[in-house]
Amino acid sequence: MAEMKKKATRESYGEALAELSGTCERLVVLDADLAAATKTGVFKKACPGRFIDCGIAEQNMMGVAAGLAASGMIPFASSFAMFAAGRAFEQVRNSIGYPHLNVKIGATHAGISVGEDGATHQCDEDIALMRTIPGMTVINPADDAEARAAVRAAAGYAGPVYLRFGRLAVPCFNDPASYRFEWGKGIVLRDGQDVTLIATGLMVWRAVEAAELLKEEGVSARVVNIHTIKPLDRELVLRCAAETGALVTAEEHSVIGGLGEAVCSAVCEGCPAPVLRVGVEDVFGCSGPAVDLLEHFGLTAQNLAAKARAAIALKKH
Amino acid sequence: MTQQETRALQIAATKIRLGVIEGVYHAKSGHPGGALSSSDILAYLYFQEMRIDPQNPEWEDRDRFVLSKGHAAPGLYAALANRGYFPVEELGTLRHIGSRLQGHPDMKGIPGVDMSTGSLGQGVSAACGMAKAAKLMGKDYRVYALLGDGEIQEGQVWEAAMFAGHQKLDNLCLIVDNNGLQIDGNIEDICSPYPIDEKFAAFGFATINIDAHDYGQIADALAQARQTKDGPTAIIAKSTKGKGVSFMEGQASWHGTAPNEEQYRQAMGELQKLLEAYEGGR
Repeated sequence: MAEMKKKATRESYGEALAELSGTCERLVVLDADLAAATKTGVFKKACPGRFIDCGIAEQNMMGVAAGLAASGMIPFASSFAMFAAGRAFEQVRNSIGYPHLNVKIGATHAGISVGEDGATHQCDEDIALMRTIPGMTVINPADDAEARAAVRAAAGYAGPVYLRFGRLAVPCFNDPASYRFEWGKGIVLRDGQDVTLIATGLMVWRAVEAAELLKEEGVSARVVNIHTIKPLDRELVLRCAAETGALVTAEEHSVIGGLGEAVCSAVCEGCPAPVLRVGVEDVFGCSGPAVDLLEHFGLTAQNLAAKARAAIALKKH
Repeated sequence: MTQQETRALQIAATKIRLGVIEGVYHAKSGHPGGALSSSDILAYLYFQEMRIDPQNPEWEDRDRFVLSKGHAAPGLYAALANRGYFPVEELGTLRHIGSRLQGHPDMKGIPGVDMSTGSLGQGVSAACGMAKAAKLMGKDYRVYALLGDGEIQEGQVWEAAMFAGHQKLDNLCLIVDNNGLQIDGNIEDICSPYPIDEKFAAFGFATINIDAHDYGQIADALAQARQTKDGPTAIIAKSTKGKGVSFMEGQASWHGTAPNEEQYRQAMGELQKLLEAYEGGR
């Protein structure tokens, strides 16, 4: 495969916000002293009058965002996933989720690919936390084009949305000219009959690579990109379960409470079939270069391919 | 303030207190103490101070009120009902399944509730957001938030205070219902927040200490807050927990306890007598 351009989805987030500043006059962007890292600094440069730096106070930031939304503004509140979903969980639940306010949470530096900062900053629990809030939409874009499209879609949607972005540059595999973001709809990236690889975020391209490895062994793997984890595209997941009979999920998140468990629940209830989950096992992360960490925790195409073979072996014949 | 205005406020506040007891009694649970201590402030805000229209609760230019001490919900509901947002008869459905009068304020269900609150420390941040929104949109509405003195033990309150001071939110007025008691006892014994005024002043607030049950002092403080420019105001209102019901006054045990039938009759009797006296003197 030819070398692809790479870009971190946090960059896409900042740029998409800046692009929206011209057309969306009720848009306001909040940050908690991380504008250079979350890339909301790009918006600040384009539109300083509608940028609010709340300082290192994420709980207050979520409440301020709620008050702005209750007064008709469209706030994007930004921080690292650890602090947006973790530290401020209860504020997100009670001040944003319960009143179903029109707040968008832009959470960057999700997952272990934060890298050298280590376990305190590597949030592998945010999808689990956000999924449990009634009415919360959870979106985890896989590349630049998808991240930009997701930001635009979120700005136009009335209700709370959690957007998850990464620090690490990832392949830009979607063509921005033809890419279409459909709220709550998964995307079949390649067809296959033996097994379905259902991935989200930076694991999507790794799933495509895993399908290539499997193809060399004569295994036909379908690859599905789930950018919207909640609401889950249940219909597509169940169709994959019925048509391929085995599934493997892949996410840069704990295997507990994320995409894997969402897929397991849907499949268990709607079309029982073996599902194996690739993700961070029930452990904390550690310091190291991002790419090495992904390998260390088994978030690789090779591991996905191995799990795919194991899932196929579990099929009832 | 004219005697007639004072009388009207006394009547409104007593009706709020009657609504509190009515609601909490029928719910067999709830928080009468802090609702009664703040009834005079609620009466003043809803019947005198705020630019509101009960026929149009979503009016964009209305003044906002955030009950950050959300457990005083029975007081807010009684103020809203008596002000015409919904029928007073509905107060007896407090905390019942199917009622819109949730245990803590729910902005989605109840007309006139500007923010869902209940988890302490959160409402004040939302009030900051509303005040900031007015600045961004060039609107002249004001935002009021009522906090408990125990509530300000929450760290988020001080994050919000730092934000409000830094952003120079002069359209924001916080009122601390300083009744001196929290669930576990005297606030000074649990984890003292004093001196409250100096703490807010340190974050850039104009501060005013008043008697929470003196309408003249409430009026003056709110007028002063309106005239304060380039910074928010904090009014520390010294109050009596359980105010208006003899056996509840000054008792931490009435923070979150509902009266039994006998206590209910006594409380309602005392308040009715008070109401008749005010109405008779009108």
